[in-house]
Amino acid sequence: MSAPFAKLPRWADYGLIPLINLFVAFIVAGLVVMLVGENPFRAAMILVEGAFGRGQNIAYTLYYATNFIFTGLAVAVAFHAGLFNIGGEGQAYIAGLGVAFVALSLDTVLPWYLTFPIAIVAAAGFGALWALIPAYLQAKRDSHVVITTIMFNYIAGSLMVYMLVDVIKPLGSMAPQTRPFEAGAQLPKLNWIIELFGAKIRSAPLNLSFILALIMAYLVWLLIWRTKLGYEIRTLGFSSKAARYAGISESRIIIITMLISGALAGMMALNPTMGDQHNVSLDFVSQAGFVGIAVALMGRSHPAGIIPAAILFGALYQGGAELAFEMPNISRDMIVIIQGLVILFAGALEHMFRPTIQTLFASLSPRSVGLAAAKKEGA
Amino acid sequence: MAELAIALSGINKSFGPVHANRDINLEVQRGTIHGIIGENGAGKSTLMSILYGFYQADSGEIRVNGKPVSIKTPNDAIAAGIGMVHQHFMLVENFTVLENIILGAEGEPLLNKSIAKARSELARLEREYGLEVDPDALIEELPVGLQQRVEILKALYRGADILILDEPTGVLTPAEADHLFRILKQLKEQGKTVILITHKLREIMAITDNVSVMRQGTMVATRETKGTTVEELAELMVGRRVLLRVQKGEANPGEVKLSVRNLTVRDSRKVTMVDDVSFDIRAGEIVGIAGVAGNGQSELIEAIAGTRRAVSGTVMLDGKPIDVTGTADPGELRDRGLAHVPEDRHHVGLVLAFEEAENSILGYQDKPQYLNGPFLNLKAIEDDARAKIQAYDIRPTNPHLRTANFSGGNQQKIVLAREIEQDPGVLVVGQPTRGVDVGAIEFIHKRLIAMRDAGKAVLVISVELDEIRSLSDRILVMFAGRIVGERGPEATEGELGLLMAGVEHKEAAE
Repeated sequence: MSAPFAKLPRWADYGLIPLINLFVAFIVAGLVVMLVGENPFRAAMILVEGAFGRGQNIAYTLYYATNFIFTGLAVAVAFHAGLFNIGGEGQAYIAGLGVAFVALSLDTVLPWYLTFPIAIVAAAGFGALWALIPAYLQAKRDSHVVITTIMFNYIAGSLMVYMLVDVIKPLGSMAPQTRPFEAGAQLPKLNWIIELFGAKIRSAPLNLSFILALIMAYLVWLLIWRTKLGYEIRTLGFSSKAARYAGISESRIIIITMLISGALAGMMALNPTMGDQHNVSLDFVSQAGFVGIAVALMGRSHPAGIIPAAILFGALYQGGAELAFEMPNISRDMIVIIQGLVILFAGALEHMFRPTIQTLFASLSPRSVGLAAAKKEGA
Repeated sequence: MAELAIALSGINKSFGPVHANRDINLEVQRGTIHGIIGENGAGKSTLMSILYGFYQADSGEIRVNGKPVSIKTPNDAIAAGIGMVHQHFMLVENFTVLENIILGAEGEPLLNKSIAKARSELARLEREYGLEVDPDALIEELPVGLQQRVEILKALYRGADILILDEPTGVLTPAEADHLFRILKQLKEQGKTVILITHKLREIMAITDNVSVMRQGTMVATRETKGTTVEELAELMVGRRVLLRVQKGEANPGEVKLSVRNLTVRDSRKVTMVDDVSFDIRAGEIVGIAGVAGNGQSELIEAIAGTRRAVSGTVMLDGKPIDVTGTADPGELRDRGLAHVPEDRHHVGLVLAFEEAENSILGYQDKPQYLNGPFLNLKAIEDDARAKIQAYDIRPTNPHLRTANFSGGNQQKIVLAREIEQDPGVLVVGQPTRGVDVGAIEFIHKRLIAMRDAGKAVLVISVELDEIRSLSDRILVMFAGRIVGERGPEATEGELGLLMAGVEHKEAAE
């Protein structure tokens, strides 16, 4: 008999373990804060205040979280097929081009509620297209998607510099960005939702894309766990041999999954462009594609985990900015270190505490592990 | 009691909620071969892992040669004179025999001296126990039987007095197994103690002096081998009477269902695994393919079932060709009535991380009865899974439980239920009962025979010769990628064994 594979109850799997990981990450981050001579508890207070203290801050946190929900879902969908799409950054960036085309040509013609759906299709389409080439290379030529998507991030970066500097930039402008979008390509803000709870908000970028992100989270759940395609994606993700045996075409699933993943990453472009800046500028993605990897890892590739994980990272972004402002010893780079620690513990070392917790659970309440019955009846 | 080599008393071991060993007492007399028999999951391997220091018992005492010892790591076991030959060999393939033998017992940073010492020691061991093997041969070039001998030498080189062999004959031909048994007898005569873990009753009867039977984590009986019978041991293992050989009537072969002609298959290294193989299977018969693992049986059924490309040859299903060299796809073959129970249920036949119900449609996910447009019809899938659980006595009975939590026998039943219930005309089965407990074996065999009696064509490959002989109406023997003989079910084990070892084949070629 091999060592049995204990399964934790869902609440421990999706709730307790991430919390423990997060807690350890903050302890280590606290040590770093102590090293630079600041009080870690005050730093934590400022961070939390900065992220959730006032309506204004909450709106900012949710604005950042919107980006991470999209990119986190993109990574998660690919994960389910056993693919590691690191190209969310580039896919979102290129999708900005699609948004720019739609916004620049329609913003004076159509109202926002007609521009928006077209822009969604364009962003998703451009993102998917940028994922298609690595997907094709993986499916047909066996070129590893991790390598190709990373490389495509750089190509996307250079291409966007060229487009923004030499093609789209209005004549006479010094800034590498498009002309400002008119009202027909500006998404309504959602700050009023937070104001419903009594908070006052001067101006914050939270906008309709947040709702789109939540809808996408639901659709991803539906796709992965309720459709035949999702079943095939998961089969391939667990075992390519089983997929072949089940008559599932590996190359077909790889290409479809990467298209969906690229489309989700692409939709992230809507939030900062049409939702906030009202233009497409250089580096508007600002690492959201990479944060999406950590979000997907921490959210265990499940939308119900991805949304809180995205909000956590949104809080780190927003609260971190406040922290850098309030504590001069803590620079912007320190915030990146803290975020890195969270990624390290919540993502990469996700399984570090799992065996201990499993043993703990098994000894405390065998029933909850759902194993005793299985073994007894199945012997 | 000085003549006790091993005395275990009150051994308990739990993995979380699973009580794998429960108050085990075991006495092994020095200079004997002691068999330990039990179904999969009975706790045999756990017990031996405790003895060899892979696990530690939660409670209980281990005495070696009368002295209580504490065995925390395999090194402690080796120091106490216990050696282990694992089921899956722990050898470095591209090292020589000598290098493998000193691995981990090098003694000093420079190898020259220890190699010279090992060489002379090896010569002595060879002389004393008849364990001939070329010390400079590369492991990967040795046949399995010799690799196993290297494992035994490794243990003896480390001074083992007590040798544990875990399912040693699973990978051997009958002839190789006989040779192994001769070696073990020789070791016994030299005063060594051998503990043989197996689930094959015949081996226990053939070679052991005493036998202990385990069931569900407890030691249910110890018998002197001479004073017991196969039937008694089987009953002790399972806890009820079992039919060791399935009852079946005459076959009524009908029209040809599956026709294989000149099929040639190469593996990923371009080595020819199936070499110009031709045969037919008719409706209403079970054809068994016997052979030592690795002689092309696996590749043959994979090519027929569309999970592996053939290089050349034709396969006809119901008189119409299958494009085995091109686009044959398992999904297409299922639609045409060819179902496949793959050899490797863990990675191919099942997705262990899936719920049981999800696995019960694997390969049939395109069938309209499981779908609602693009969505899965979860209700229909669950009802279907529950019906199969009932009909095939799959336990536990919860279709939402992860498949990894089912025992080997129940996992195999999940696959069989799925494939048989689609009512295929041809059923191709690889290793129908590998890693399956005795009780489930009986059930699976009955199901396969029922398929035959319902007029289906069944192709079975298995490394268990007993299984091939008891199931098949015709037996084909494969050796080195070719079919080297066809026999009826009355063929003796010796006769098939010779064919499996390629003896007749070689003579014919000379």
